[in-house]
Amino acid sequence: MDMQVSFLDRLFEAGLLIDTGVDGLYGRSGEFEEVIAAFERLIDRVGGTDGAEAMRFPPGMNREFFEKSGYMKSFPQLAGTVHSFCGSELDHMSLIRCMEVGEEDWTKNQQATDIVLTPAACYPLYPTVARRGKISAKGALYDLQSYCFRHEPSKDPARQQLFRMREYVCMGTEQHVTDFRQTWMDRGVEMMKSVGLDVTIDIANDPFFGRAGKMMVNNQRDQNLKFELLIPITSTTNPTACMSFNYHQDSFGLKWGLNLEDGSVAHTACVGFGLERIALALLHTHGLDTKAWPAEVRATLWG
Amino acid sequence: MNETIRALLAKVGGLPVPVTELEDGADLYAAGLSSFASVQLMLAIEEQFDIEFPDNLLNRKSFASISAIEATVTQILKANEAA
Repeated sequence: MDMQVSFLDRLFEAGLLIDTGVDGLYGRSGEFEEVIAAFERLIDRVGGTDGAEAMRFPPGMNREFFEKSGYMKSFPQLAGTVHSFCGSELDHMSLIRCMEVGEEDWTKNQQATDIVLTPAACYPLYPTVARRGKISAKGALYDLQSYCFRHEPSKDPARQQLFRMREYVCMGTEQHVTDFRQTWMDRGVEMMKSVGLDVTIDIANDPFFGRAGKMMVNNQRDQNLKFELLIPITSTTNPTACMSFNYHQDSFGLKWGLNLEDGSVAHTACVGFGLERIALALLHTHGLDTKAWPAEVRATLWG
Repeated sequence: MNETIRALLAKVGGLPVPVTELEDGADLYAAGLSSFASVQLMLAIEEQFDIEFPDNLLNRKSFASISAIEATVTQILKANEAA
């Protein structure tokens, strides 16, 4: 049995995660949620004075915005769409028959709704900001958190299909948003140190689909567009990305029509915290009993 | 080959300027070639010349200008002949 399965089994046995029968879809215990809540308070303490506007969206987004985002061009394998029964009473009878017999796939006549599962916490933000008009010359800063969906079933507890992402998104000039990103790379390292986690920062890429995606990967890496903060969870040779620092250049600005007061296209950057991954890194490093964690770590998290 | 590349660039490049106005050495990214358009251009070139870009040539540099694309395609065709 590999290391990943055993850590997942230990989390189930300790009751921290709750098995649902689907890989990557888990319940969380109160103790697990306490860790996430405490870490979010730490994020608030570090980033709270920057004046970000907080917004919370549910884990589903407008399908029209999802389509416009181009997500299907890059990550079709990860997307999740919401489908519902939209038929007549007669269709309902066939549906019930189909489910009872169990030979055919009852979902094949389900119709796409206007909702797609949110792939990253910041996706609903861009069209929202675009609707408001021009962005202040001083730039803009937003604070988001959402459950996100990515279709990648795995026994690695650090690769869940539904997980929470906390994000800060910055819009402004190139200098403004790249400074923001650098600030959070420094803060991220300090924050993780303050809770006793051993971290490295490395250049990274998104999981673009297929051979065409290979070129997107090379472009992203050549231009230093994505960095990740890595912490060993299930492997020390392949540590897990617990934060990411992304510079989108003006691509989202152009796509969504995000303009600064002087008429120039806004550059954007975002910093994301993988909240479950951070909780798992803490549990893996300090043990599954949070009450037995080192006093200084507990003091940082729970004061 | 130059004409063929220009024709493909005009078809899938999505550039705001006519391809005929671009010098061979002009920076295509500065001219408005997006990451996604460069991927489409790569796929179109592969189909047209019946070649496959090796991983080490799948990067921005290979598509930075019309002459860079020409040099990359020539390099792949030569390697295929030698193989």
